[in-house]
Amino acid sequence: MFKIAKAKWPELWQALAREGQLYLPALVDGKTDFAPWQKDTKVDLLTAVTAKSLKQLFFAQVEPLMHFQTSGKKVAVTPQELPAQPTIAFGVRACDLAGFTILDKVFLKEPVDTFYRARRENCTLIGLACGFPEETCFCQTFNIDAASPAGDIQTWLVWDNLYWESRTGKGQQLTAKLAALLTEATAEDAKLVQAQQTKIRETLSKLPLGRLRFSPELAKHEQEVFNSKVWEKLSATCLSCCGCTYVCPTCHCYDVRDYAGKDGAVERFRCWDSCMNGDFTKMAHGNPRKGQLERFRQRYMHKLVYFPEDYEGTFACVGCGRCLRICPVNLNIVKVAKELEVDLHV
Amino acid sequence: MQKIAALMRQKAQELLSSGQVQQVAAWRKGQLAYDNAPAVFTSPEACADLVYDEFCPANLSKYLLAATKKKLKTAVFLKPCDTYGVNQLLKDNRVQREYVYAIGTPCQGMLDIKKIRAHGLKGITRITVSEGVVQVETVYGTQNLPQRDVLLDKCLQCKGNAYMIADTEIGEKLATPEPRGDAFAAVKRIEALPPEERFKFWQQELSKCIRCNACRDICPACSCEQCIFDNPAAPVAGKAFADPVEENMFHLIRAYHVAGRCVGCGECARVCPQGVKLGLLNLKFMKDINTFYGPYQAGSDATTPAPQVTFTQGDVEPSAAGQKGRS
Ligand code: SF4
Ligand code: SF4
Ligand code: SF4
Ligand code: SF4
Repeated sequence: MFKIAKAKWPELWQALAREGQLYLPALVDGKTDFAPWQKDTKVDLLTAVTAKSLKQLFFAQVEPLMHFQTSGKKVAVTPQELPAQPTIAFGVRACDLAGFTILDKVFLKEPVDTFYRARRENCTLIGLACGFPEETCFCQTFNIDAASPAGDIQTWLVWDNLYWESRTGKGQQLTAKLAALLTEATAEDAKLVQAQQTKIRETLSKLPLGRLRFSPELAKHEQEVFNSKVWEKLSATCLSCCGCTYVCPTCHCYDVRDYAGKDGAVERFRCWDSCMNGDFTKMAHGNPRKGQLERFRQRYMHKLVYFPEDYEGTFACVGCGRCLRICPVNLNIVKVAKELEVDLHV
Repeated sequence: MQKIAALMRQKAQELLSSGQVQQVAAWRKGQLAYDNAPAVFTSPEACADLVYDEFCPANLSKYLLAATKKKLKTAVFLKPCDTYGVNQLLKDNRVQREYVYAIGTPCQGMLDIKKIRAHGLKGITRITVSEGVVQVETVYGTQNLPQRDVLLDKCLQCKGNAYMIADTEIGEKLATPEPRGDAFAAVKRIEALPPEERFKFWQQELSKCIRCNACRDICPACSCEQCIFDNPAAPVAGKAFADPVEENMFHLIRAYHVAGRCVGCGECARVCPQGVKLGLLNLKFMKDINTFYGPYQAGSDATTPAPQVTFTQGDVEPSAAGQKGRS
């Protein structure tokens, strides 16, 4: 393990930025979110939950796929080149890192999503333990350990020191390049880090959702869950704003659209879609999901039933709590899961 | 507040068990200290979860649209500010009076969890309010905040504790927060800017928008059956995110469409995840309407036509807005 004192962090950001485009949590307009680092960026390492997840780093909100040039009856097709720029994300929390393993299951299985894979492979992820978890956090529900975040490198912030430990080959390579900035941590330091880990786990268990569990039985009762009467009650007040799906690190639906520019140029791109959108899965014949109830149900069926069915019991949720924070009418996955469990007696 | 909540539960149970109404729109308790959710109750037993405290900001009037569509007589708890929205929906003929049972519900101002968090508070386990002090308990310690500092912005523009529509009232009216000075002060500041700066200001503000449409969906003045911005065949569908001009168009069209019908409930700005200053646009229209047609408050009753839908010979020419609007 290494350490680096606060006074040297600006140099650390600079050194990291030399190795690739650096993203870290930054305070802008009173909100903390991941942003490309610049010299005057206000880095915020104390806020655990950034407004949005980091999924856009690998799964861009808008991604051009190919370009067409039409002239008369001819069409020339130019494929979009894959992104090649190395990136580094610093300060990624355990929940968001776990979110990537969920996206991996979808985008890296055959047929591989090449855009996602290219961005994923080009990136070195540096995790940061959560010194101050928030009341909306429930990562422990999914056995995600906020005190030792996965990633290529993991770090801890204890008082004015950042502790640094590589976990993968990629992490070691990057760490080697920073040798001039990092000093070897002592046995005392290791104790400080351990104490913080214990504290974090303790804090998490004291939070309102500290002992929350989702029943694996839900995934075993697909029909009953689908037909449950709670959907009507729960979806009645949803505004279908899509906020919950856009901030979620594990929501991954997209739509493919064409954008007709000038003089016969057409750009085909994909953009995030959301099951809460009125035209989600709309096809030539109409929409199999007719109203908000069906769309709302889709989101939670996907996370609590279909995904676990398809991927050995893994819920498509990492407990980041962002949907609890963003929903203007305070609906969220915890409320839905609990209502379902009561209704199904599981 | 606990007493009020008890009275509300009682009222809701009474109305449901006597069959006077088929459903009740109110708020349901969540798992956190502040996450009460708007909810529709259909049985007296379910009302055990009905809650009311300083974290019930949502204006429930919009849910009456669905009630009218389903022809379900619905009791709805309305804070004073929420009553304006119901009147507007009635006036726009989008909600039928026979399906509404309006219950005036006292309010002392709702709290803004974002403002509470902005004091650096996290890990919140309990929030209590007494005598103008908000006590926030967290896993990291306890802190007291002055209530006024953490009121929702919309509550700092409170129009007072009178109900504009109510079939019955719960308990005694409470004192609502004193509104903050001149409601139009911020509009005047922007009007005073040179045109280029004003343009820049709005461009910056509106470009924050992610086109989630939450503002539209909560708004009691936005009640079209099918919003033009929901047409996937039009190149303006929000999620395609193709063109930043779209956001500007969306907000300008919406602001024009709700002008004279916007009741100033502040819900659009409250629900916006991006913090777009939507209230400002609406206030500009209100100010102009007041200036050109005399004082008007949408939603103060369900019958008076809005100034723009009537014509009198003394009406100003449309160009007046450009000239006198900055007065
Ligand atoms: S469903 Fe909610 S809590 Fe779960 S990962 Fe998505 S945003 Fe986070
Ligand atoms: S954030 Fe809330 S209101 Fe918006 S779509 Fe999700 S559940 Fe519905
Ligand atoms: S525009 Fe905003 S303030 Fe006006 S009625 Fe609609 S939600 Fe309320
Ligand atoms: S609520 Fe905010 S982000 Fe959503 S559409 Fe309205 S202004 Fe845009």
